[in-house]
Amino acid sequence: MKKYSVFAIAREAMRGHKGWEEQWSSPEPKKEYDVIIVGAGGHGLATAYYLATVHGITNVAVLEKGWLGGGNTGRNTTIIRSNYLYDESAGIYDHALKLWDGLSQELNYNVMYSARGVMMLAHNVHDVQVLKRHVHANRLNGIDNEWLTPEQAKEFCPPLNTSKDARYPVVGAALQRRGGTARHDAVAWGYARGASARGVHIIQNCEVTGVKRAANGAVTGVDTTRGFIGSKKVGVVAAGHSSVIMNMAGVRMPLESYPLQALVSEPIKPVVPCVVMSNTVHAYISQSDKGELVIGAGTDQYVSYSQTGGLHILQHTLDAICEMFPIFTRMKMLRSWGGIVDVTPDRSPILAKTPVPGLYVNCGWGTGGFKATPGSGHVFAHTIAKDDPHPINAPFTIERFRTGRLIDEAAAAAVAH
Amino acid sequence: MLLIRCPYCEEERPELEFRNAGEAHIARSANMAGESDDDFEKFFFIRSNPKGIIYERWRHIHGCARFFNAVRDTVTDKFVMTYKAGEPKPSKLPKNSNEVVAK
Repeated sequence: MKKYSVFAIAREAMRGHKGWEEQWSSPEPKKEYDVIIVGAGGHGLATAYYLATVHGITNVAVLEKGWLGGGNTGRNTTIIRSNYLYDESAGIYDHALKLWDGLSQELNYNVMYSARGVMMLAHNVHDVQVLKRHVHANRLNGIDNEWLTPEQAKEFCPPLNTSKDARYPVVGAALQRRGGTARHDAVAWGYARGASARGVHIIQNCEVTGVKRAANGAVTGVDTTRGFIGSKKVGVVAAGHSSVIMNMAGVRMPLESYPLQALVSEPIKPVVPCVVMSNTVHAYISQSDKGELVIGAGTDQYVSYSQTGGLHILQHTLDAICEMFPIFTRMKMLRSWGGIVDVTPDRSPILAKTPVPGLYVNCGWGTGGFKATPGSGHVFAHTIAKDDPHPINAPFTIERFRTGRLIDEAAAAAVAH
Repeated sequence: MLLIRCPYCEEERPELEFRNAGEAHIARSANMAGESDDDFEKFFFIRSNPKGIIYERWRHIHGCARFFNAVRDTVTDKFVMTYKAGEPKPSKLPKNSNEVVAK
């Protein structure tokens, strides 16, 4: 892997940019690997990267039915934060946040992590109580989160409507300054480049069609559209399709898949300096470095794999955006899209061993998995390499739905997650 | 937005009038306290989440307010059929089912 640097740019500028090498190779699949990762999204690629760098396991294949980073990694609204209520969540999301800081240097790839602050608005007494509870819980876990008055919120985000006459007036806000955004594609590309350079095979256009098991139940490999590929360890990181893959291995999951939509506006000059979220009116917004307003909508109410969603969901979100930011009422929206998110009953992910020996699963990130990408890959790689969870992901089992030891962010994080 | 046929009102109405109520034909135990942890997990948390035909409940909440069942393809979001609550799970699905089509 040739290192990217200002000198590399200067050198290539001199020779017509003919010396750049491919960021990752596209090898033919081997017959057998030490580990197979199903799904080349951010989480899957990060898992492969940390398997190679932390655990020295480089005989790894990442199988992707479409193109690398083309699923929810390329469809999310790129928001990063760790101000979750429960200790378990705080542990895993802040583990990720610490890795975001310095990720560009580690990968030698600019993931454009920008700690511009995530501000969550309170519109009523209940919001104030909930968000203040978060602020205190976060502080006990060593996570920065502070309470702002409406005036401070306005100062932090000038286009915000804090008028007392608003239908849902802003009565306060919680601000996590370390929160922010990153360039989602670059995260997938950076991990792919780093993993490929260490010998990991990234195999695109290779859909898993079956999971093969030996007589004793252990995994022996996967059937794919490019033939059988053997491995004694298979990690499923297939987002909305996780339960489909797990069904191939005979494991029924506590998951339901829903369409989640997002949209972007025409590009404008910098006007929104941070991420603003409101659970009560249900909207969240940030501005990309290209200038587009990036707006996240809600899920549809029904199970679907259609990668699309109802228009009324977007309208509902834009109603809320215009309520929070009246200056945007005449903005034009350029694009909208949907992705399929796998949602657990308690809205916390599953990163765990499964009842099937050699089969591991990293799923259930629902509507908010992007922020966790580095941390998720880091602890999932540990789980696969050691056949034992990392202390950080130990609580995120499948069995918690039998024992009742839930991590109930469903109530804590509400909708915008 | 989906267009959904309520089998009670016998009319196709926009999705906004309805509330999805999750997977259908999950029987609730008559003796919930006696359920084992495994069975309770299956009843309460485990879902089939199919990529393809799903049997699901809907409620015509802004209409007749009644629950009914539907058969839908989760890839196309097209409805195959809807039927009243309490009716058995259809053993055979109609071939050219264009009773209700997703819009």
